[in-house]
Amino acid sequence: MKSLVIERTDLEKLFSTLVGRGYRLIGPTLREAAIVYGEIKTVNDLPIGWTDGQAAGQYRLQRRGDAALFGYNLGPHSWKKENLPPSLRLFSAERRDQSFVIIEEPADELPMAFIGARSCELHAISIQDRVLMQGPFVDPTYARRRNQTLVIAVNCGQAGGTCFCVSMKSGPQATQGFDIALTEVLDGHRHYFLTEVGTTRGAEILNDVPHRAARDVEKAAAQRIVDRTAATMGRKLYTGGLKEFLYSAYENPHWDDVAARCLSCANCTMVCPTCFCTTVEDVTDLSGAHAERWQKWDSCFTADFSYIHGGSVRSSTKSRYRQWLTHKLATWMDQFSTPGCVGCGRCITWCPTGIDITQEVVSLRERQPGRKEQSDGEP
Amino acid sequence: MVSKRKPKLAVWKFASCDGCQLSLLDCEDELLSLVGRVEIANFAEASRAVIRGPYDLSLVEGSITTPHDAERIQRVRRDSKRLIVIGACATAGGIQALRNFQDVKEFVSIVYATPDYIATLDKSTPIAAHVPVDFELRGCPVNKKQLLELISALLSGRKPNIPAYSVCVECKQRGTVCVMVARGEPCMGPVTQAGCGALCPSYVRGCYGCFGPMENPNVESLTAEWRHRGVQAPDVVRALRSFNAYAEPFRRESEAHDQ
Ligand code: SF4
Ligand code: SF4
Ligand code: SF4
Repeated sequence: MKSLVIERTDLEKLFSTLVGRGYRLIGPTLREAAIVYGEIKTVNDLPIGWTDGQAAGQYRLQRRGDAALFGYNLGPHSWKKENLPPSLRLFSAERRDQSFVIIEEPADELPMAFIGARSCELHAISIQDRVLMQGPFVDPTYARRRNQTLVIAVNCGQAGGTCFCVSMKSGPQATQGFDIALTEVLDGHRHYFLTEVGTTRGAEILNDVPHRAARDVEKAAAQRIVDRTAATMGRKLYTGGLKEFLYSAYENPHWDDVAARCLSCANCTMVCPTCFCTTVEDVTDLSGAHAERWQKWDSCFTADFSYIHGGSVRSSTKSRYRQWLTHKLATWMDQFSTPGCVGCGRCITWCPTGIDITQEVVSLRERQPGRKEQSDGEP
Repeated sequence: MVSKRKPKLAVWKFASCDGCQLSLLDCEDELLSLVGRVEIANFAEASRAVIRGPYDLSLVEGSITTPHDAERIQRVRRDSKRLIVIGACATAGGIQALRNFQDVKEFVSIVYATPDYIATLDKSTPIAAHVPVDFELRGCPVNKKQLLELISALLSGRKPNIPAYSVCVECKQRGTVCVMVARGEPCMGPVTQAGCGALCPSYVRGCYGCFGPMENPNVESLTAEWRHRGVQAPDVVRALRSFNAYAEPFRRESEAHDQ
């Protein structure tokens, strides 16, 4: 893959080119004390000079000492909210005499361009693709959005306090799933983006953006940044034999310990970029002449989720947390041939009580009956 | 309830502020469709006309605080095919249940010149403590969209879409940044039932718990987390003792922190 360089001063041209071609830009921006994904128009909408400090159950915006555009780690939002919206009307129906007619939803207006997607997020998107558009049943809205959307990835210039993409082999360097990938380099008074092209669509966009071939020193500088990120992960998860271990850990006493802390609030599933479960609600109005069907995000932490005739299969918080973690790290592999976790750390940061999937796995391994003393979960 | 005769709707008030009934009047546009679908048989906030029972649907607002009300709710139940209770007073005893933590006789002796004229019960209790109820709609006040959803569902004979999960689900779905994680604000959202659309966090305040305990609340863990983040025990008690103070999970936990 040929590496290019786009100067910081020319980045605006990338944004205006995308806007000019009819893309709606979705990217990082400051809102409500966090860096979230929202509609942006120019480079100035990016969180310039901001970063974040993250720990289990804690997120704080912080000032950087420089003017980096992408110098932050992941916030509470993921691209899931664009590809698979939290609530979506599927169709409406009107009563007509003794029958009814279905009114289809109009297709979305403009295609989107995601600005600043990270490597773990690209992996999360491909995991959702497998579930929602590559199996026997295709979610048409999801598939349409995915096929239209352009992705500008950014390689991470630093690791967040709850990141563990290295353990999950999903980052920090973007290797797939993007049209264009950038590495932001701030080197003394130089500020540029080492740029890689992933698709012909991406190459075509770059025709309108000033760029040149990268020099070897620039390539090396960008590589050093990604390598440093990989070496400073906030968390790690030892995955050796994990699936088999979890299949044997059903009665592990540690599940009770997590259940005592878990609020069953569902935040972890809402922020997780791979969690794909939705439910369907039918609503009617007072007159009974108009009905709508809505698709909404659902969570395995609710009682309704596992409700079948006679009651909820998972009535306890313990059974819900066990199902969630076991699905992420074990059963998902049998179902979809990858883990359901990309190590983005969101469930750790955004859990109000700071429950940490990596730490819970260590504790489960330590407390597995019949296992000899270990301290860090690695055999 | 699909029949030719329009179903009869009655609205009853017990110890309450009328805010939940007003949510119904607040439905403005939909109110006309409602009047088209049901016969309003008793609704003091809207009309003086009273039609005799039995009623197809009764909406009950307020808690039981007097011997007279304890008797009246029995009659309402007898006269109603479906009895739906609305709001924190009717579902948990309301803000007036704060007296349940104190001695009412003492209050009465201090407040009233002639305490003998006051006939009141020791405790403010929810309607379900007195008669069987068909549905409890939470909130202080109830959310008018949920109220319309509930009535629409009953009129079309379908299950209402009223989730019992946490406020956090709504909070995340609307894209609000968590005030507890990003600002360290104590928030009742994780133990409170959804329904308001996570209003307070969207205005950068912790949830106040207006909709009462969610389906499987772990109040002990949440308050331990607050304490860990520096909230003092009296403030924990205050947070738990508001509109739903006497809802069992909130009551139990507030008592644990109240030395
Ligand atoms: S693990 Fe944390 S975020 Fe997930 S349901 Fe439990 S308390 Fe909520
Ligand atoms: S399980 Fe947690 S760390 Fe893994 S992808 Fe989901 S939110 Fe990220
Ligand atoms: S602000 Fe409150 S309601 Fe919203 S996610 Fe955080 S804890 Fe839950």
